Amino acid sequence: MLTIKKHTFKHGVHPPENKEETNRLPIRQFSFAPLIILPVSQHIGKPSKVIVREGQEVIRGQKLAESDGFLSVPLHSPATGIIRKIANVPTLSGKMTTGIYLEPFPSSTQEILEGNPIDLETATPEEILLGIQQAGIVGLGGAAFPTHAKLKIPEGKHCDTLIINGIECEPYLTTDHRVMLEQPDDIFMGIKYLMKATGAKRTIIGIEANKKDAAEFLAGKLDGKDPVSVEVVPVKYPQGAEKMLITAILGKEVPSGGLPIDVNVVVVNVATTAEIGRLLPHGRGIQERVITITGPGVKKKGNYLIPIGTPLRYVLEEVGVEESISEVYMGGPMMGVAVGNLDISIVKGTSGIVVFNEKQVHKSAQVYPCIKCGACVDACPLSLNPSKLGILAKFESYDKMAEEYHLMDCFECGSCSFVCPSHIPLVQYFRLSKSIIRKRKSA
Amino acid sequence: MLKQTLHISTSPHLVKGSSVEVIMRNVVWAMLPTAAFSVYAFGWNAALVLITSTLSCVLTEHVLCRLSGKRSTVSDWSAIITGLLLGLTLPPIFPLWMTFLGGVIAISVGKFLFGGLGYNVFNPALVGRAVLQGAFPVAITTWYDGFAADRFSSINSSLLAAPFMKPVVDGVSGATPLSAFKFDGVITDTADLAFGFVSGSAGETSAILILLGGIYLVTRNFMNWRIPVSILLTVFVLSGIFYWIDPSKYPSPLFMLFSGGLMLGAVFMATDMVASPITKWGVVLYGAIIGTFIVVIRIWGGLPEGVMYAILLGNAISPHIDRLIRYRVYGTSLKSS
Repeated sequence: MLTIKKHTFKHGVHPPENKEETNRLPIRQFSFAPLIILPVSQHIGKPSKVIVREGQEVIRGQKLAESDGFLSVPLHSPATGIIRKIANVPTLSGKMTTGIYLEPFPSSTQEILEGNPIDLETATPEEILLGIQQAGIVGLGGAAFPTHAKLKIPEGKHCDTLIINGIECEPYLTTDHRVMLEQPDDIFMGIKYLMKATGAKRTIIGIEANKKDAAEFLAGKLDGKDPVSVEVVPVKYPQGAEKMLITAILGKEVPSGGLPIDVNVVVVNVATTAEIGRLLPHGRGIQERVITITGPGVKKKGNYLIPIGTPLRYVLEEVGVEESISEVYMGGPMMGVAVGNLDISIVKGTSGIVVFNEKQVHKSAQVYPCIKCGACVDACPLSLNPSKLGILAKFESYDKMAEEYHLMDCFECGSCSFVCPSHIPLVQYFRLSKSIIRKRKSA
Repeated sequence: MLKQTLHISTSPHLVKGSSVEVIMRNVVWAMLPTAAFSVYAFGWNAALVLITSTLSCVLTEHVLCRLSGKRSTVSDWSAIITGLLLGLTLPPIFPLWMTFLGGVIAISVGKFLFGGLGYNVFNPALVGRAVLQGAFPVAITTWYDGFAADRFSSINSSLLAAPFMKPVVDGVSGATPLSAFKFDGVITDTADLAFGFVSGSAGETSAILILLGGIYLVTRNFMNWRIPVSILLTVFVLSGIFYWIDPSKYPSPLFMLFSGGLMLGAVFMATDMVASPITKWGVVLYGAIIGTFIVVIRIWGGLPEGVMYAILLGNAISPHIDRLIRYRVYGTSLKSS
């Protein structure tokens, strides 16, 4: 069933979408880089433990690192090849972490090693969760939170509704759009696994109105008897945030400081769902992911299926970039991180690569004092008061920010900075303040 | 091999593209028709007052920035707004040296002492005007009839009065519609009020042009329409109630709407973003408070006009309104937020 909704969450912003250039381009397979570099920390939680040694030959799909505890996932080899080195590698955050240097064999078949298949009919919810963990699956929307941990329903809670997040509200990115158009069977298979794992009675696939083709396509595959429906919501940033999506679709609010399960909902990204549906029946691990490579600085824009661990430099050289590139973002331009080092690798959480050249880069415009215009207050999807929070941050009144003005609820969507006519880097203030508050708490 | 120098900045990497400077500049554009009409109505006199007040504000801002060792903030256009607004609230034959003094006070006391743009508690132009009202009560209520035949050929002598000398008032000085009503019980025709064919401050004459400027700013999203609507509605309803009780004693609501500085104040002064509340419902309350003060001062106060004091009081209350009226934060109940 397809429902088109007129209402959505409160506030939010409308950045230019810029999705037309890639949303019609089919997903294309990317070649293997001569050297693949896999950091062991590609997810939130404990890094994986390396279980291979230098000089060892590995098969595509073989585990290279094992999960270390519950909040951790294993890492699989994206190619058949030889481990050249295990050494420190740079990551997006600037920190160094252990990395595995893998040299693929160009001539070998690159057949994928299969593990223990998870049978949908006979598996228990716990077995499905374990299967998801063993497949190395994390949130592919960008958060990279281990999916099995998110699906584990806490004692005393239950899940009514599973929401599949096909919103993709980040400008420029068309990854989820293409996955929905090209991998419907994987998505529906993934939904079956997820419903069994969570005990959800129904599933709603949430899609923004700028991807109506995908919504109609997926709804057309439903036979009416499935407890699955598709809902189209108006385009608005940051609708892809779990809380905003739950409000847009169900009209419920997740309590401050709480999780979706507090309102009996679990939200899973659509590409993650497709990955679960594709990998679990074969017991495989995740080796590659779909990434939109776009932006004015890119010559061959498109949606590519790229092996995890492919160096960013190799990716950019393959697609070709303009002479004048100035900023490269991992993720979309609203929440993505500017890359300072092209020698980092594609990781599981990389949903997009956006390249801007000089013209698009908003060179630090003059920062004016806050004129209390209220644009940020009417943009914040959580109805926080970024204007007041910004002033409090300047005075380092962190306790007041957290206790009286709910700073810790902020998920750094950037809507306030986006609209601010004074160009105050509000999100940056809040990121800093939040980390200071967290440190003080743990101290 | 890629060998680019990459810039690193924090997200979001997109901006909407509006800026303080653009907002301020547009406010100036929106005030220009009103200013032009006052020149048309009062001739060179009004032009001189407006130029003097604007120059005085810009100069003061520049000098104060330099004195405090900061980069001059003149380029953000906010001093020009203050100057124009101040000029528009003054009688068109207000002595120029007093006008200049008003600009200096508006920027130095009204704005700079509080910390400059963004920190002022009151609308700076009104601070300047309030001080002038206290210092020169006669000059600031000496009006001048518009459309004088010689308005483009001669300059009123009181404009050029030497500093600290009592200006010699010359020519016809007409009573404003409000003072005519208050002290003589004379009602001016509403159409004359709306189009501006009356006596008054340089900028408080043409309600229509002020409204047009306001509509322009609202459509460009540079002004919160709730403020003027709330003020005007409150004045209309409150004075309507009194008019309905006793039409012989109280002025009609239309007369109240279109007379005096109400339009100018509601559209261009009460809407000062810095000195008004930040939430939707906060500004509605703010507007209602200002509207109520205006009616109270006009009907029962000793002054014929109360817009300036009403807005200054509203400015003072504004931070408290923001403390009182907040949006309910997502996922919290009203009580805890």
